[in-house]
Amino acid sequence: MDYLDHLEAEAIYILREVAGQFENPALLFSGGKDSITLVHLAKKAFRPGKFPFPLVHIDTGHNFPETIEFRDWLVEQLGEKLIVGLVQESIDQGKAVEQKGKNASRNALQTVTLLDTIEKYGFDACIGGARRDEEKARAKERIFSVRDEFGQWDPKRQRPELWNILNGKIHKGENVRVFPISNWTELDVWNYIKREQIALPSIYFSHERDVVLRNGQWMAAAPFLQIDGEDIVEHKSVRFRTVGDMTCTAAVDSVATELDDIIEEIKASTVSERGARMDDKVSEAAMEDRKKQGYF
Amino acid sequence: MNILKFITAGSVDDGKSTLIGRLLYDTNSILDDQLEAIKKANRKNNDGTVDLAILTDGLKAEREQGITIDVAYKYFQTEKRKFIIADAPGHIQYTRNMVTGASNSELIIILIDARKGVIEQTKRHSFLAKLLSLKKVLVCVNKMDMVGFDSAVYEQIKADYLMLANRLGLENVDFIPVSALKGDNIVLRSERMSWYTGSSLLDYLETINIEDDKLQPWRFPVQWVIRPQTEDLHDYRGYAGRVLGEGLKIGEEVIVLPSGVKSTIKSIALAEQQLDQAQNGQSLIVHLTDDIDISRGDILVSADHPALAERNFEANICWFDNKSLDINQIYLLQNHSTLTKVKIADILYKFDVNTQEKQYSGDIHLNDIGKIEIKAAGEVVFDLHQDFPDNSQAILIDPRTNLTVGAVMIERVA
Repeated sequence: MDYLDHLEAEAIYILREVAGQFENPALLFSGGKDSITLVHLAKKAFRPGKFPFPLVHIDTGHNFPETIEFRDWLVEQLGEKLIVGLVQESIDQGKAVEQKGKNASRNALQTVTLLDTIEKYGFDACIGGARRDEEKARAKERIFSVRDEFGQWDPKRQRPELWNILNGKIHKGENVRVFPISNWTELDVWNYIKREQIALPSIYFSHERDVVLRNGQWMAAAPFLQIDGEDIVEHKSVRFRTVGDMTCTAAVDSVATELDDIIEEIKASTVSERGARMDDKVSEAAMEDRKKQGYF
Repeated sequence: MNILKFITAGSVDDGKSTLIGRLLYDTNSILDDQLEAIKKANRKNNDGTVDLAILTDGLKAEREQGITIDVAYKYFQTEKRKFIIADAPGHIQYTRNMVTGASNSELIIILIDARKGVIEQTKRHSFLAKLLSLKKVLVCVNKMDMVGFDSAVYEQIKADYLMLANRLGLENVDFIPVSALKGDNIVLRSERMSWYTGSSLLDYLETINIEDDKLQPWRFPVQWVIRPQTEDLHDYRGYAGRVLGEGLKIGEEVIVLPSGVKSTIKSIALAEQQLDQAQNGQSLIVHLTDDIDISRGDILVSADHPALAERNFEANICWFDNKSLDINQIYLLQNHSTLTKVKIADILYKFDVNTQEKQYSGDIHLNDIGKIEIKAAGEVVFDLHQDFPDNSQAILIDPRTNLTVGAVMIERVA
């Protein structure tokens, strides 16, 4: 079987296991290419029926406007339910504290809002678009990854996953994070998007915008980014290789306007996708630590 | 392009991490920022070269202790194939991790240190390869540079291993002499071993055929029933699942197990695409000609070649839990989409994983492999491991902790 057919069949199988094993699952939708791919796979798994889960977006309030616009368009097209958890609400309620300074980001605060949203709606499984090739802590994570009542991941107490049998049994209060595209690489995702002609937000393609240099990376000059006289702001032709919120996602120089250009660019790239994520650069174990706290 | 999933068995001492690192390096699969992170961590081998194990050791505890505890999956691809490596620890106290990695692999690379030859660990790993019915065994005789690239050393190890393979009933074994450290026979054929006329490791991995010549008759475990219940799709009822084996096609007569009800395949769909026949491994929606009661957990099988539906059977088991197997306890057996309450009627024997000798007394503890008799509360649908491995596998779950405590391969009806 062709590798994309194999990966697709595996992901559809996992999504259907979620539907079969859990009472109240959700699909975490960030507006990025990986979660957009998940939505496409869910269509293949469940149409002509409805999705057995809503889409859930944890909105930092610092998203690219293009992402939000795309999200709303996609939900409209799908006719499925969207639930939005607002980080701003967690801040207003005093549950999350805004970071200070020039490198402030709401990325870590998402965890608070995510855990609150899970509790509020009683989700027992949350499907996410994380991939094992992204980061070394993720390389160790299971397809069905059990989180305790506090949303914490314990890497030392993970259940073994044999063959394609997924054990979704949990105690009340626990929940499972599910990663159907665990075995996909960045290139696989792009090749699949091309094959299936999946629509994406425009920021994945080359465009011109004002960018500001931060820690050696070009960040979009967003209104909520502290920019002062010392900052270098330039107008450049860029695209985003990975899309988180505007404070933690760096742009890459690019003239790639078509999927084929992007695929060539990634093949030739000598840095990894997460290289453009400021949130991973904090420390050697930045991802592992965040996951232990409940980050997806 | 297709995918090859393989597991590397061996310990750091055998050069396992060096071998994986070499494959990743030489296929340009390690990117600059990842290399930078390795350099920053500043972990060196004894000989001063950068320690590539840090690429696979993803957890803090592993980096601190310098050992692989858990299975890590690594990905790389060439123009010819996409590869998924299960990197599992080789020591005896991690047998369960190796079983996990092997269960998700088609081929196993067994590393033998040319200076040491076939050792206890080699026997254990080969036994596990046999137990899990891996399709191919590739023996890499490593560190050939340390024995002067001597063909006699290689031939002796090959002969020793073939005796072991013969004893275990392990077929489909291939051999390559390599030096992972120096890169000999890894990507290119080594000029220093001109006596070896086979493929380099990468060439072998890119071209080896792991497709079965003949697949078993199909089985279709139902995962989910699609019922839109809208006005225009009022009577729509699609059974969603992933097909195992071959021969599922329109017009095929089916039996629903365990109920035994018969029907016929009306249509097959892969999302919006209508198919005449299914291919092994596809996730599909199947429609039947009759409106019968089928739900998640039922298995559709070929009426000409039905699977077994039994309550009592014998199985090999690998135990994963710190708490030993308790024959007075109820466990849950999960195979495909079905959960069945079971009891362990008897522990028949367990294996000494190093000598493969059967021991007829004693309990089954963490990392043990043995044979048990299972008594199920209802009929379990399966095939025997020797006939159809993909439909003989199950896990045991402890309902009190919900942990996966055992890997089960059904061997015979009791």
